[in-house]
Amino acid sequence: MAYTKRHNGRKFDETREIVAKVGVIKNADGSAYYRQGDTEAYAAVYGPRQLYPSFLKDPSKGRIRCYYNMLPFSGMGDRVRPGPSRRSKEISLVTEKAFQPVINLEEFPNTVVDVFIELTQTDAGSRCAGICAASMALADAGIPMKDLVVAVSVGKVGKRLLVDLDYEEEAYEDEPVADMPIAILPRTREITLLQMDGQITKKEIMDAIKLGEKAIQKIYNIQKEALRAKFANGGRDVKRK
Amino acid sequence: MSNANRTFKQHLIKNLDSNVRYDLRKKLEFRDVKVELGVVAKAEGSCKVTIGDTIVIAGTKLAIEEPYPDRPEEGSFSVNTELLPLSSPDFETGPPGIEAIEISRVVDRTLREGKAVDFKKLLIKKGEAAWIIFIDIVSINDDGNLLDAACMAALGALLNTEFPKVNKDGTIDYKTKSGKKLLVESMPLLVTVYKIGRHLFLDPIRAEEQFIDARLSVGTLEDGTICALQKGGDAPLTLEEIDQMIDIATKQAKELRKLFKGGGKGGKGKK
Repeated sequence: MAYTKRHNGRKFDETREIVAKVGVIKNADGSAYYRQGDTEAYAAVYGPRQLYPSFLKDPSKGRIRCYYNMLPFSGMGDRVRPGPSRRSKEISLVTEKAFQPVINLEEFPNTVVDVFIELTQTDAGSRCAGICAASMALADAGIPMKDLVVAVSVGKVGKRLLVDLDYEEEAYEDEPVADMPIAILPRTREITLLQMDGQITKKEIMDAIKLGEKAIQKIYNIQKEALRAKFANGGRDVKRK
Repeated sequence: MSNANRTFKQHLIKNLDSNVRYDLRKKLEFRDVKVELGVVAKAEGSCKVTIGDTIVIAGTKLAIEEPYPDRPEEGSFSVNTELLPLSSPDFETGPPGIEAIEISRVVDRTLREGKAVDFKKLLIKKGEAAWIIFIDIVSINDDGNLLDAACMAALGALLNTEFPKVNKDGTIDYKTKSGKKLLVESMPLLVTVYKIGRHLFLDPIRAEEQFIDARLSVGTLEDGTICALQKGGDAPLTLEEIDQMIDIATKQAKELRKLFKGGGKGGKGKK
């Protein structure tokens, strides 16, 4: 059956419900909670702190290290075995790269900023939710940044381009699916993460990114609001349909 | 121990002498405890426990496996704890360390010996197929007393567990709930009594926990039967102390158990 209407009644450029909260983990230097539909991420930032082993130290600037992890009970179906997998290592790597252009750690040579991203629940788009959470956590920790990083997945189901695919869409069986997570710096429009699996034309890639525009602006505003809420109103939830 | 830490500990003991703690609690007073069931939609069961600033989440995943050859008529459960580096600057990445292993083992013992789950009822076909329950416990923020929080979260996750549908070919349809809840036969809870100097107290925050001399974790059932014990820390305990500690733990467990009535609505765990 052709995919002409989204199964959850969303418009094609509409995200799922988003909840964002900053400062949820008291031990961390910065932390955030980010939920998009049934995908739920916690992020905590520790640092700048001592970096071991020493040979990893960079005397010209501090380093950032990201750890993406799905909790054992987070997904539908089988338990996720604890510990890093090839998939989680790759996502950790691209997450790190997504932040590289915005953070400035020149003032903190030889140190490390550790970013831990834990997914308590997943329904597709988990790396994007992780990046959105980590972005707020880094800002909460006071790490010098040029901008927040906003991530969302765009893609194609059948002939339709769409934003923020959930698992049911990502696994749609009747027609081919292309899934493309992107991370963007909203102020300069530069892209810091881009991945795709599926089959898609060049024009569709460009159009899909354009379609994501509205969602990116919306997430950016929610992130800023959540950060403001922590410092202005003692950390209330920011919730938006 | 550094000089700074020694001073810190002396200060802690001095205040305990007058029954005052950093957060103004009395020695046997628990922090506010919140128990939330069903926090992870994708898990078969889940529970989030908040004790002050300590946050722990437990989730269950169900699988069908062949029963152990020596127990062909039983299913089983398995408890695993991850002390996430996200939850404390003291926790590192990598496989579970000894602290996490101890929590897993003690929680497992409490639930198993307390007979929270009747393994025979997990049997699907003798010698061939039985349910296995994976209980995973993770720390989100560590501000002390992870042991008690972990056990509460694990019990809550079991109480919240619902079996998924099983297809005719024996595979599991995780998307469809069967409507059949896991029967939890008893309510074993772990309460740890901590000792600094000559003082016994409950529910330490991290700043207190790092200076304890000894602790005794006591798993109890509704009727006061003890189902698990674990002594920790370097200092010894006298028989009188153990006597007192068991009484304190049993009484506190009774209070905490109330939080699980009526689907585990939140409330205050008083001493």
